[in-house]
Amino acid sequence: MSMVRTDALSHDYLIYEDEESDQGTPVRALSEVTIDIREGEFVSILGHNGSGKSTLAKHLNALLLPTEGTVWIEGMDTKDDDKLWDIRQRAGMIFQNPDNQIIASVVEEDVAFGPENMGVPTQEIWDRVNSALERTGMTAYREHSPNRLSGGQKQRVAIAGVLAMQPKCIIMDEPTAMLDPVGRKEVLAAVHQLNRELGITVILITHYMEEVIDSDRLFVMNKGRVVMSGTPKELFARVEEFEELGLAVPQITMLGYELKKAGLDLPDAILTREEMTEALCRLR
Amino acid sequence: MFRDITIGQYYPTNSIIHRLDPRVKFLGMLAFVVSIFVVSNYGYIVCAAWLFTIIALTRIPLNIMFKGLKMILFILVITVVLNLFMTDGTIIWQWKVFKITREGLTMAFLMAMRLIMLVLGISQMSLTTTPNQLTAAMESLFKPLSRLHVPVHSIAMMMSIALRFIPILSEETEKIRKAQMARGADFEGKGIMNRIRAMIPLLVPLFITAFRRATDLAMAMEARCYHGGEGRTQMKPLKYVNRDYIALALLVLYLAVIILLKVLLHW
Repeated sequence: MSMVRTDALSHDYLIYEDEESDQGTPVRALSEVTIDIREGEFVSILGHNGSGKSTLAKHLNALLLPTEGTVWIEGMDTKDDDKLWDIRQRAGMIFQNPDNQIIASVVEEDVAFGPENMGVPTQEIWDRVNSALERTGMTAYREHSPNRLSGGQKQRVAIAGVLAMQPKCIIMDEPTAMLDPVGRKEVLAAVHQLNRELGITVILITHYMEEVIDSDRLFVMNKGRVVMSGTPKELFARVEEFEELGLAVPQITMLGYELKKAGLDLPDAILTREEMTEALCRLR
Repeated sequence: MFRDITIGQYYPTNSIIHRLDPRVKFLGMLAFVVSIFVVSNYGYIVCAAWLFTIIALTRIPLNIMFKGLKMILFILVITVVLNLFMTDGTIIWQWKVFKITREGLTMAFLMAMRLIMLVLGISQMSLTTTPNQLTAAMESLFKPLSRLHVPVHSIAMMMSIALRFIPILSEETEKIRKAQMARGADFEGKGIMNRIRAMIPLLVPLFITAFRRATDLAMAMEARCYHGGEGRTQMKPLKYVNRDYIALALLVLYLAVIILLKVLLHW
C-alpha cells in the first residue's frame, strides 16, 4: 500500500523584493514532483541546498500545501483541513536543528509533548514515553535537561518525541547536518532500527552520500524536480550524471569508478568497503 | 559556562514542602504575604513562628536561606534608618538634630521584621519549586481567567519555552560576543553611551537568530500536532493528594488565627 504519494506536486514561494508593494514574485521551489513511497520503505532524497528537498519534506507533513498537484498521506489529501491532525500524527517530522525542536526542559516531558497535544490519556502517555525512550536508548537520560545532551542524543530525543505519537512514517529533514560523525552514526542507526523492527516508513533527506547507501530507494532532486530515482545500486552506477549535478558519489564508489575507467574489471556501483575488497580479490 | 545556569534558586532536598503541590505553595505564599501586611505588632510572632516552621520543614541550609536577604540589605538599612530617626514621639536619645524616639524604635524594628519575613516567605516558594512546576501551578490557578478571554494556556506555554531557551540564548550571546571581539568589536568602552553603542553588534545578531529559532520552533510544534490548549492532556497533571489537603487546611487555620487576633486583640 502506498504510504506517501504525490501527483504533479508544484510549489511556489513568494519573494517580496519590493518593500512597498504587497505583490510578491513567485519562485518555483518544486515542479511536478510525482513520487510514490510504499509502507515500510526506507527512502532517501538527495540534493543540493535549494534543490527543493526541504520544501518537499514540509509538504509531507502538511506544513506546506501544494500550489498545484496533490499530496496523499495514507490516502488522505493534505489539503483536507479535517484530516490535518491525523496526517501530522501519522507522518512525524524531524528537523535539522536539534535545539529548535525540543520544547520542554526535561527529556521525558518533551517526548510527551506530541501525545499531550493529541489528547492521549495520562496513563497511556507514560506508557508511550517509556517505550519511545526505550526504543531510542534514551531511558537513562529521561530526567535530564536537553541542554546537557550531545547533538546526537538531542536528535534521538526528537525521534523519541515523534515515536511517542505512534507514526506510520518519519520524515527527516537533514537530521544529521549539525552533528559530528559519532552523532550522525547514532541517529542513523536509530532510524534504521525503527524501520526494521517497527516497519516505520522512513524518508531521509540529506546531502551526505554515505548515509543513503542502505536505503531501499533513492530520489535525487535538482532545481525543484526529481531527476533520478531508483535503488542506490542503480543510481550510483551513473557516476557521470551525479557529477553533472555537482553531487559527489560515495568515495568508495568513486574509487571503483576510477579503477574501472583505468581498465580494471570491476562491477558498477560498489557501495561498501567489503564489496570493494571482494571485487578486488576476485580479480586475481 | 552558561550551560548550567539555573533560573530561580531551586534547591532540591526532597522535603515534604518540596513535594507539596505547587498550587498549594503558591497559595501559601500569597496567604503569608497578606498576613504580614494584616498584622501590626505582636501578630508578627505568629507570622514568624509559621515561617520558621516552614523553613525547618524545607531542610534547606540556613545560609542559602539568608543569601536572598543580602539583596535587600540596602533597602533594609534605609528603611530602618528612616523609621528610626523620622518618627515623632517620646524622645529617648538626642544629638543635635538627630533624635530617636520610642515609637521610632518599635517602628524600625517592625518594618525590618516585615521586610525580612516578606523576602524569606517568597523565597520559600522559589527554593522549593522548579520554574516548570510554578508555571504549571499558575496555569491551573489562573484557568478561570480564560473565561474572560485571557490566554492563560498560551502565557504558560510561553513562560515554559522561555525557561527552556534562556540557557541556549545566553550561550549564543557568548558566542556572538566572541565572534564580534575577533572582528575587533570593543565591549569595554568608556562612558555609558559607548557601552550602549557597543551592545548593537551583539544585540542585532542575537535578535535575528532568536527570531529564526522561534520560526523553527513554531514549525516543530505544529508538526507535533500542537494546536493550543484545547483538548490537550497532560503527562504530569497536577493532582491534590492528602498532604496537600492537610497543608491547605493548616493554611486556612493560620489565616483564621491571624485575622481573629487582629480583630479581637488588635495584634
